Amino acid sequence: MPRYVALTYTKDVDWTSPEYRAEMADYAEFGKAAAAVIRGGDALYPTSTATTVRVSGGKGGDVLTTDGPFAETKEALTGFYVLECADLDEAVKVASTIPAAWDGAVEVRPIIEF
Amino acid sequence: MRAGDTVADLVRTEGTRVLATLARVTGSIELAEDATQDAVVRALETWPRDGIPHNPRGWLLVTARHRALDVLRREARRAGKEAAAMLPTWPEPEPPEVVRDDLLRLVFTCCHPALSAEAQVALALRTLAGLSTAEVAAALLVSEATMAKRLTRARQKIARARIPYRVPAAEELPDRLAGVAATVYLVFNAGYDADEPAATARLTAEAVRLGRLLAELFPDEPTALGLLALMLLQDSRRAARTDADGRLVLLADQDRSRWDRAAVTEGVTLVGTALRRTPDRPEPYVVQAAIAACHALAPSYRETDWDAVVSWYDVLLTVHDTPVVRLNRAAAVAERDGPAAGLALVDAITDLPGYPWWHAARAELLYRSGDHPAARAAYDRAVAAGLRRQAADHLRLRLDRPPAGQP
Repeated sequence: MPRYVALTYTKDVDWTSPEYRAEMADYAEFGKAAAAVIRGGDALYPTSTATTVRVSGGKGGDVLTTDGPFAETKEALTGFYVLECADLDEAVKVASTIPAAWDGAVEVRPIIEF
Repeated sequence: MRAGDTVADLVRTEGTRVLATLARVTGSIELAEDATQDAVVRALETWPRDGIPHNPRGWLLVTARHRALDVLRREARRAGKEAAAMLPTWPEPEPPEVVRDDLLRLVFTCCHPALSAEAQVALALRTLAGLSTAEVAAALLVSEATMAKRLTRARQKIARARIPYRVPAAEELPDRLAGVAATVYLVFNAGYDADEPAATARLTAEAVRLGRLLAELFPDEPTALGLLALMLLQDSRRAARTDADGRLVLLADQDRSRWDRAAVTEGVTLVGTALRRTPDRPEPYVVQAAIAACHALAPSYRETDWDAVVSWYDVLLTVHDTPVVRLNRAAAVAERDGPAAGLALVDAITDLPGYPWWHAARAELLYRSGDHPAARAAYDRAVAAGLRRQAADHLRLRLDRPPAGQP
């Protein structure tokens, strides 16, 4: 069965802060409801903890690190799930029940199976 | 086979059905397209010479199957696999309900909401209508390379993201059918708005063809019937919409004897059928077709039943309240109650400042009210907002003409 990654884009929040307890409960509820298709996934610390790494001048070149996410956007990547679904329709149906779908957006991408 | 069908028409109609079946059996739209294209080319070479075979679809299916098998064998050899293991089992001649399901699968896959509108339009023309990539590119006025890339990207998404090849479940069907109808109507409007007459004729004809396919697949769905009726009625005016110099002729000035009477009759009949099939909530395409039918049945612009037109717009607003619909309603009110009443309604629409037709409507109504400087200013804004050349020329000629009774 094909696998998809569902990337959750929401306000750039700190899931560990107590003010997001209710949201975390919503995600836990989704996790339980979709347990049959969830193959993995995690919540991420906010983008203030992100480090973007680039190597200039090709492999082995200088390592350039910048503080912050790859792209500064209003909605940030705040977590992801790996879903195993029959097809895109099923993956979209599951993605539409992730709280991020109404708090922000969920990007569904097929995983390459080598 | 309907009377008047040419061999090319028949080949294309049956080709789509063969493609739909092959896509299911092989699991690849790309392979199915390639194999069907091969069979279509052969049919176009041999049928005019040898006559149309007794079972045209069977002939095409067998020919396309050969080609698909060749391709699959070659791929298997290249991968060093046992060819037999990779070959699908071929169904015997398909019963009609299977062919219908195959077609539905193909329609819903090509118009899947996970594909961009642009990709859906391209697939509708290439895969559903059976045009070549070059023909699709020419009709949509993009280069063949651009179109080829767009089609490849769309097919890749279908294959990689696993857009399913299936008929949507009953509860999703209304939404998904609305999506398919929207795509077909996009094709139609791309033709209707094209500045080039050849592109207009091609795209509107293909959209009507796709509309017929939908009406055949969904004979009881008001959406499908209303869409086909709307397109037929709008397209019935095509010959009268431009003058000898290619300039746009507005509805008011069209020579109604040049309207396609057969299309009008078919469209009006379809509106009736669709209205009888409408359960409770009015269907936007059916209502728009009813408005078009009011115009189609009027012996002259002056004798149009504007009361009925305005009433249908009121119905349309209950299900499809957009500024553009309100603008069209205002134009009908202007015909019924005079330019001042229409202008008041147009000016009340505040969310169309970038829409050229809003300015054009103001220009026309101001002109009719006798305020020519204001009309001229509104015209300039319409042009600045990107009013299409044909329409701009028309309006300018009108404004340049001194109104009757003035020196």
